[in-house]
Amino acid sequence: MGLLLISLWLSTAVGAVTLPLREILAGLLPVPLRGGVELSSTTYAILYQIRLPRTVLVALVGAALAGSGAAYQGLFRNPLADPYLLGVASGGGLGAVIAMTWQTQGASDYARDVPLPSLVLIPLAAFAGALLTVVLVYRLGSVRGTALRLMDSHTSRIILAGVAIGAFATAMTTFVMLRLQGDMYRPVAWMLGGFTIGGWGPVLASLPFIVVGLGALAALGRVLNVMQFGEDQAQHMGLNVTRARAAVIVGASLVTAAAVAFSGIIGFVGLAVPHAVRLMWTHDYRKLVPLSILLGAGGLLLADVLARTLVAPQEIPLGVVTAALGAPFFLYQLRRSGLG
Amino acid sequence: MNPPSALLLENISHRYNGADSPLVLDGVSLRVGPGKVTALVGPNGSGKTTLIRVASGLLEASHGVAFVASGPLPLSRMSPETRAGWVAVVPQAAYLPPDFTVEETVRLGRMAARGWLAAESEADRKASEIALQAVGLATLRGRPLGRLSGGEQQRTLIGRALAQGAPILLLDEPTAHLDLRHQLEVLSLVRSLAASGGYAVLLALHDLNLVARFADEVFLLVSGRIVASGPPAAVLREDILTAAYGVQVKVLEHPVHRTPLVVPDGADPADVAGDLAGRR
Repeated sequence: MGLLLISLWLSTAVGAVTLPLREILAGLLPVPLRGGVELSSTTYAILYQIRLPRTVLVALVGAALAGSGAAYQGLFRNPLADPYLLGVASGGGLGAVIAMTWQTQGASDYARDVPLPSLVLIPLAAFAGALLTVVLVYRLGSVRGTALRLMDSHTSRIILAGVAIGAFATAMTTFVMLRLQGDMYRPVAWMLGGFTIGGWGPVLASLPFIVVGLGALAALGRVLNVMQFGEDQAQHMGLNVTRARAAVIVGASLVTAAAVAFSGIIGFVGLAVPHAVRLMWTHDYRKLVPLSILLGAGGLLLADVLARTLVAPQEIPLGVVTAALGAPFFLYQLRRSGLG
Repeated sequence: MNPPSALLLENISHRYNGADSPLVLDGVSLRVGPGKVTALVGPNGSGKTTLIRVASGLLEASHGVAFVASGPLPLSRMSPETRAGWVAVVPQAAYLPPDFTVEETVRLGRMAARGWLAAESEADRKASEIALQAVGLATLRGRPLGRLSGGEQQRTLIGRALAQGAPILLLDEPTAHLDLRHQLEVLSLVRSLAASGGYAVLLALHDLNLVARFADEVFLLVSGRIVASGPPAAVLREDILTAAYGVQVKVLEHPVHRTPLVVPDGADPADVAGDLAGRR
């Protein structure tokens, strides 16, 4: 919680113009409660049109990726499962890109030219792509037959299937983008995890999906706990496994898709954050999911501050920063789990 | 919590694949009475685990029906939540996530009674606590499953089954991989649960001497058929066992418990098999 507050502050304060905490807090309050702090119209504009939308969106995306990562890991009983490695993020990205190119024929500035209802189409298309991917991965990755059921999700098959389908989706995404012609910087930056669309539009378009999806995942903590004992035992305990699995898949894919739609492919958050929560606090999914959501928001905000400041005034795509931090962590995990 | 009740399997036949694949179970009928420990014995591959799966309701047999005497529906037709209130299962070689504690695991037994989203009620906490006490693990409640002995792990799973509040308990090889002391400990526990709690217990068991000592009734399954049933003394006989297992056995009397004591007589199984073939 403390980390989240600090990172929220850093994210709103840091940039080309540094905003003091006093002014940020004052700016958030209605005029009579500001205690005499005067805000210039520039400060106001920076705060409300640049910093806050970005901060809120990054926090939402971090929460979404970490929350869905925790849920996927619980579902597949595999500590390596995350939206990125399962290919779900790439599948969602493909959906999003198709929706974007279909709409942007001729639009030069996405944020201004595209109205909110069309903006909402992007997460929806991403959701379709994500859902399709996860179902495919599940089918290809699970082993048929009762003898192998005990091990089903512990094998690396799921991850291999995810990587393969993810690679395919990424290739298709690149293809669609090449067909787009014209300015390549924007789509490429998007794909690497850059927040290329400014303003409140993306926040409004993804907020409902992320809030609903994360709420559902957090409520499914006990179901995920039961699922840790494997399919058979879960059924013995009276869990409707088919329905539970569908609920987790839909919830996790929904938030992944909403995150990917406006932030591109940001890897490793869904992998590293739940793992950190497990190491520091708990294996109990009733707490693991909410804690991952908080830590994911805070962590990604800090990574975003790094992305904006390291080579300022230029920006590094956020996905590059998380990959640089996350890839070594992933390799470490791989060694520990004995798959490497 | 559902009242004590009998488990009934009627004329169960099952094949796993198409109509031309072999029958794994062939016309099995049996009754597991409340307050009784009923043992299912037989050679490897005789269909014990399949029969337990049918009895648990997870597997719908190709023919025949498994139901609880006072239950509303055949087990395979019940919703998972309802079924968990009638039949609780301690599976064979169950996977256990090592970080979960004893108490967390036992409490998960209340999952079906509570539904997905409802908060844990006072009744749930009480049922879990009683189950924890009944299996004697109250002092180990905070210990992770990965740091328990095999016997303690098995008792945890029995505790979770008890927390479900189901009158029927199914245990598939509950003593596999346990040392002598823990075998006795787990089966004594099961026995006293049946006697004092009115549970109808069906267990698949390999060790015939444990069966002799702890079971009230025995069903001997060979190639999917029940070839003998009754109290241990009626089933654990030299002629029956020699034919069923293809090994020459002697049945003596246990010096302390006066129950049948089954010992292989040392002949090479290959010779015995030849012998048996010759006799037919």
